[in-house]
Amino acid sequence: MTNSIEGTASTVPQRTRPPSGSRHRGAIAGNDDGGATPIAGPPRRPGGSLVHGLLTNRKAATGALILGVFIVAALLAPVLYPDDPSRITALASQPPSSDFPLGTTAKGQDVLALTVHGARSSLFVGLTVGIVATFVGLLVGLASAYFGKLADDALSLLTNVFLLLPGLPLLVILAAFLPPGLGTVILVLIVTGWAGSARVLRSQALSIRAKDFVAAAVVAGERPLRIMFREILPNMASIVMGTLLACVIYGIGAQAGLEFLGLGDVSTVSWGTNLYWASNDGALLVGAWWAFIPSGLCIALVAFALALINYAVDEVTNPRLRKVTFRTGKRQADPTDKGKASA
Amino acid sequence: MRFILRRLGFYFIAFWACITLNFMLPRFMPGDPVSRMFARSQDRMQPEQIDQLRRLFGVDDRPIWEQYINYIGDVLTGQMGVSISRFPTPVTEVIASQIGWTILLGGVSLIIAAVVGNLLGILAAWRRGGLVDSGLPPLLIFIGSFPYFWLAMAALYLFGVVLGWFPLRHAFTSGLEPGFTGEYLLDVAHHLVLPALTIVLVSIGGWMLGMRNTMIATNAEDYIIMAEAKGLKPGRIMFRYAARNAMLPAVTSFGMSLGFVVGGALLTEVVFAYPGVGYQLLAAVQGLDYPLMQGLFLTITAAVLIANFLVDILYVRLDPRVRTS
Repeated sequence: MTNSIEGTASTVPQRTRPPSGSRHRGAIAGNDDGGATPIAGPPRRPGGSLVHGLLTNRKAATGALILGVFIVAALLAPVLYPDDPSRITALASQPPSSDFPLGTTAKGQDVLALTVHGARSSLFVGLTVGIVATFVGLLVGLASAYFGKLADDALSLLTNVFLLLPGLPLLVILAAFLPPGLGTVILVLIVTGWAGSARVLRSQALSIRAKDFVAAAVVAGERPLRIMFREILPNMASIVMGTLLACVIYGIGAQAGLEFLGLGDVSTVSWGTNLYWASNDGALLVGAWWAFIPSGLCIALVAFALALINYAVDEVTNPRLRKVTFRTGKRQADPTDKGKASA
Repeated sequence: MRFILRRLGFYFIAFWACITLNFMLPRFMPGDPVSRMFARSQDRMQPEQIDQLRRLFGVDDRPIWEQYINYIGDVLTGQMGVSISRFPTPVTEVIASQIGWTILLGGVSLIIAAVVGNLLGILAAWRRGGLVDSGLPPLLIFIGSFPYFWLAMAALYLFGVVLGWFPLRHAFTSGLEPGFTGEYLLDVAHHLVLPALTIVLVSIGGWMLGMRNTMIATNAEDYIIMAEAKGLKPGRIMFRYAARNAMLPAVTSFGMSLGFVVGGALLTEVVFAYPGVGYQLLAAVQGLDYPLMQGLFLTITAAVLIANFLVDILYVRLDPRVRTS
């Protein structure tokens, strides 16, 4: 029985996916490997169309391109600007010029160098928070769905309590009590961020848990971990990926917010601290728009790129969504007809 | 009734979790922040005030369970100690003096965003592919990609600094006597416009898209076709038949946002230096004012829980399915 299930599920060989598939899939794989089970391999049939679909999807391509530029910039930052970016190199509050394409801060730092270096911390924290929060949510969701009953009740209660606690004030309180530093920021963001993904992943896992092939695996006596990660997980790969992207967006935005409030580590260079210093130095009031526009724009572009990829994943992988778009297409005809008829 | 009781039980557990978190944070965190706070402000306080704060923060030798029981008792009877940064005002008074501004700002922007957003959603779903439907959502999604506080800063810069249309900070011009005079109310409204507008700008997209999606589903229902066949006016079908049945998810999100009115405007209040609880929370954090911090967090959480509970009750009235299941 197990064999037949496995057979249908993994007729597509697992590790022969083109390695260039996509960076994001790689990120998921890394995430899953933490579960100590070889689930990662791009999931079976739905995965095949996912990679193919993403490669040909324009939204995904645009998103990946934008994201790629930022990742390259973050990796190359020490090469492009080998000096400490917060070093004072010029006159204060200079507007953009040929020497300093984005001008200088009120302290006389090069804004472009700060922005490029800021990408490192922001992307690192965003990715770490996204991956860990998704993974915690995944564990909770899978355990909740698989064990059901009391475990589900308890875990759902925990999730709902965390969802209900006001996020930003909780962030502020936690950051105030914990010693400042990058680790604290990451920890605090994970604590406040996992519940959302747990709820989404649990409901998806629940619907798959009810499928026959999971029941068959249970009857066949497979171990719970194996069922959770090899039977259920591959079938929700796209929603895991969507959650991951959403969590990364959350991580980047929330880190920036926290640091903007001065609750992060103000000595590191990140987009959030850049904005904190810009606001602290009164860049707004003296009209130094170049000091706060770039970092905010970078956050927005990264978030926008991730959102684009997320939409693309939805479009490509979710057959229900595809059906909806088809159906709305049909519906679209109705109101226009209506309009004509009434006009 | 069973549904209400179940929910009530859940909210009690959530509130208990919040109190427990508040209890544990100062006691188990490294670095002993509370001692620092005492060292800074001890000489100004009366002995009984010090005693109460010691009790609240566990700087004494009683066993931990006794502290815990006392702490819950203190919280439930509203004894949150005195504020350090605004000594010697009790924490409850500080909160009471500022929560009004937060509710004003959050309430006004929530109502505007919900009403306008839902109307836009209804319109977009009704004229699929029209200007509202195809033009606005991508724009709103793009705006939603920006960090909120950054948009607020940009708005402040543009409309406050460059154009000078709106004041840069605070809720009313200092020196103006608060009261129900036309001058004062106008001044308050003038200070409210910019912060409220930025909140509306970032939250309106969610309302619109949510309403649009439910409304699209409702538009395909048979009773809509039936209404058309009866020859009802399009406006009547749109609002009384389609939108009315698509309202339920919007009611849920309204309830959730109602709760976050109190805590959600933190960044707004910080950027615009608006004297609400969020601004005060950050000030408390910066001033190492732990009693005020805890009091604010408990107040915000309580507000969220109460708002959610009210929506649950409303939901039972609106949706008969909740009553039967």
